[in-house]
Amino acid sequence: MTQLELAQVVMHVGGEEAASEGARTLSRRLMLRRGIFGLLGLSLAPRLGWGHLLYAQPNSQAKATAVIQIWLWGGPSQLDTFDPKPKAGYDYCGQFTQPSRTNVDGILINEQLSELAKIADKYSLIRSMTHGINSHETAAYLVQTGRMPGDRIVYPHLGAVITYFATQHENPVSPSLIPPYVVLTEPQGRFSEAGFLGPRYKPFATGGDPARQPFAVEGIITPGTTEAQQRRRREMLQELDTLRKAMQGTPPIEELVQAEEQAYDLILGDSGKAFDPAQESQEVRDRYGRSTFGQSCLVARRLVERGVRFITINYKGWDTHKEHFVIMRRKLPELDRGLAALISDLAERGLLESTIVWCSGEFGRTPKIAWESPWNGGRHHWGHCFSALVAGGGFKGGQVVGASDEKGEYVKDRPVYPTDLIGSIYQLLGIDPTTTLRHPQGHLVKLIPDSNDGAPSGGLLKEIIA
Amino acid sequence: MQSPNFNPQSVYRVIGLVSLRFYLVLGILTAGILTAGQGFSQQSEAHPYEAPGPPKPANKIDELIFPRLAQLGIQPANPSSDAVFLRRVYLDVIGTLPTEEEARSFLEDKDPNKRSRLIDRLLQREEFAEYWALKWGDVLRIKSEFPINLWPNAVQAYARWVEASIAQNKPYDQFVRELLTASGSNFRVPPVNFYRATQDRSPEGLARTVALTFMGTRAENWPPQRLADMAVFFSQISYKSTGEWKEEIVMWDPIHAAANEGRKLPEFGVLPDGTKVPLTEEKDPREVFADWLIRPENPWFCRAIVNRIWHWLFGRGIIHEPDDIRPDNPPSHPDVLAFLQYELVRSGYDLRQLYRLILNSQTYQLSPIPRSTDPQAATHFAYYPVRRLDAEVLIDAICQITETGEDYWSMIPEPYTIIPESQRSIALSDGSITSTFLELFGRPPRDTGYESERINRITAGQRLHLLNSSHILRKLEQGPGLEWARNTRINSESITRLYLTILSRFPTPDELERVMRYSGGSSRRSGGSLIDVAWALVNSSEFLYRH
Repeated sequence: MTQLELAQVVMHVGGEEAASEGARTLSRRLMLRRGIFGLLGLSLAPRLGWGHLLYAQPNSQAKATAVIQIWLWGGPSQLDTFDPKPKAGYDYCGQFTQPSRTNVDGILINEQLSELAKIADKYSLIRSMTHGINSHETAAYLVQTGRMPGDRIVYPHLGAVITYFATQHENPVSPSLIPPYVVLTEPQGRFSEAGFLGPRYKPFATGGDPARQPFAVEGIITPGTTEAQQRRRREMLQELDTLRKAMQGTPPIEELVQAEEQAYDLILGDSGKAFDPAQESQEVRDRYGRSTFGQSCLVARRLVERGVRFITINYKGWDTHKEHFVIMRRKLPELDRGLAALISDLAERGLLESTIVWCSGEFGRTPKIAWESPWNGGRHHWGHCFSALVAGGGFKGGQVVGASDEKGEYVKDRPVYPTDLIGSIYQLLGIDPTTTLRHPQGHLVKLIPDSNDGAPSGGLLKEIIA
Repeated sequence: MQSPNFNPQSVYRVIGLVSLRFYLVLGILTAGILTAGQGFSQQSEAHPYEAPGPPKPANKIDELIFPRLAQLGIQPANPSSDAVFLRRVYLDVIGTLPTEEEARSFLEDKDPNKRSRLIDRLLQREEFAEYWALKWGDVLRIKSEFPINLWPNAVQAYARWVEASIAQNKPYDQFVRELLTASGSNFRVPPVNFYRATQDRSPEGLARTVALTFMGTRAENWPPQRLADMAVFFSQISYKSTGEWKEEIVMWDPIHAAANEGRKLPEFGVLPDGTKVPLTEEKDPREVFADWLIRPENPWFCRAIVNRIWHWLFGRGIIHEPDDIRPDNPPSHPDVLAFLQYELVRSGYDLRQLYRLILNSQTYQLSPIPRSTDPQAATHFAYYPVRRLDAEVLIDAICQITETGEDYWSMIPEPYTIIPESQRSIALSDGSITSTFLELFGRPPRDTGYESERINRITAGQRLHLLNSSHILRKLEQGPGLEWARNTRINSESITRLYLTILSRFPTPDELERVMRYSGGSSRRSGGSLIDVAWALVNSSEFLYRH
């Protein structure tokens, strides 16, 4: 949203408030609008200058206000993405022997990632991620919570932690209309992402497919139902709700009415359009690629513009035990186009400075290729060494952190453990990584484990924090 | 009624005889509910929620509640209409929506004692045990994993034991004594799981759990010495695993405890009321404690349970919160509490009798529409408080209407769990098995046993889900339960059927008129429009809230 558009919203809302339609309607609408304003104020405060009136930044150290996590569920091969080893031979490289040079001297990435190769100055690569876990669930939990499962506490995903800190200062009376933590499009399941922080910090999973028209965001967009039908239904609901009329003005009914107005603002009002990639021009949509992933990246950018704090793009299909190369030839160009467009677009809009983009899976894949049947050129789970891409929000671009050995099997230099990356993200968001959270049982829980808990660490990513 | 010149606004205001004629046309003789009361806010509109007032005391509870209201100058609500009572008592007592037939036959029943007969029938229903086993599952923290780790086999054994105890109306003192004193395998002696379903198995942790669960109090706020004294009674429990996966023996094990402590076992224990009692090698100290706890004269015990059940039925305790009883949190009606405690003991700890007593009171049967703006009206039970349905009850009601199922999952990877779609949510025994809907609608995680874990406040996200999610819309548009509505014309008969199915009552003439008007008075097959009506009714506050 441009400054001009925002100014129009401000004027529009001001006009509505002025046009008094009776005290109750006014106050309710006002509360509703304050919800939106609170939300916009969060992310746009530095750019517009009026946000500070609504929201005081808890920590002036914060460089970033939002995170886009691109989660390559299944675990992509480090060799075939950001850590190519062209000299390791056919049993390690397979078909990919000609890595792309990037616009940063000395940084090579997979040959299918030609768009990302043009903007390597905008992101950094970590080639020494490690934890040694080879099972999906445990590794996914560890990489996203910084904790090993099984010690009786269910830890929250870092998205829930970030949402928790970000919403502590929001007006509790009218929480933001657009959920602060969004997953595109399906939740990760099994492990509750909110952990002990509780259901309030669970992400909103959109469902649907942003590459299809319309993007059927669960609860917000209903394909086959027109806006006119929605309005007619709403009218009928109000007509037929006899108890509501009989009990008008009582607290439970007022609460329902307020929740309903917020819901309809997403269904019929402007808030819901945040999720709609069709609001963008054809050129912009094409730039991201018309795949589900590409359009998810575009929606993520739109959500960041509207103050959403944490977006996970749950990008599946990287668990390539069989026919790895066939799948990679299909997926890598899709990843390349969407991710490169996202980073460039954020940069062009001045949003990359305040938005962290983090792309990785739960682990890497076995460097040695399983050529034999039934794998026919497959790669298996590999937690000893994998890669991550980070950009924006205070992370420098054009850098490489750490190194793997000549076959990409083990960390050769500067190990980076999940807590190192998560802790660095917290720090950039102005959240002290050594702080504690209060468990509902009353005791304090460290945000990330440290050496006293036996957790290995290679240290925060100081070398790429500007 | 279908005359094109009919003015809906005039119908909206009509009360008394004219409405009565419409009701006669519909074959309903409950004229009483049509009589508009002299409500403070809705003086001229007919609504189907009240019977003529003022309320008259029906039993001793009312004889204690009503004079207090009079004394405070708070006008109580009118008695509820039959329709409101019917729906309320089904949802409150068995967590289940009445069917169309059940609603119709109750509303048409002319027996003046039909309310108390219905209460008796519901207390004997299978769903009574299921629904209250759900509530006890919350209190006892019955879940497989994280952070309570009962594991699936033990959860099944424990939940079944709880439900069977409720179904056979086991006297409450016996129920608690079995939970507190059992020893044996978590698979074979289900009540031993009480001592496993806690985040803290230290003697003090167990004492806190016992105090919270059966005394309704937070022992962490006690003087530390009292808690330490109570912990002594739970200091000789040991937990032993066996060769069977996740089996655990919970037992009284003084020798092990003595070895652990490295000193002689205490010869005396001090009970929370300060009484010093001898502890011997012949008797499990848990039994000493349990026998003290369940004595009729022990104020902690009966007060906590009668207050908890009152809280479950009214949404607020006479002492509130019901699990935070302390000297500086006094009851609003000590006399009502005392009466209920007396009745509980007199009945031989018959909880069903306690429900019967409360449900038959006029206080419970008041209309939800307050007649006083006094802020004390709520704490003095001057009306029945409107509350959003429990997550489980709400989704079960929607599934019942649409004859659809739910997609459940377990957060535990092993053993892999498949729950049939037809499973009703109120009958889920394991807090680790859940659905998207239950998570969104504030089902308690069963981590602590606090009543406050259950959150029934509506949120924008919930509203969005009910109004417009594919989950709910698909049930309404494709569920076999509403197949008839997709193939039926909109007329007074089909609208009446829809109202009975969804709102458990007949539509008022005014509502009939509104629905007819919405459908454009069309005589064509209704297609989706009767489903639109169903959508509106399911989304009405009357459906979503107990009232």
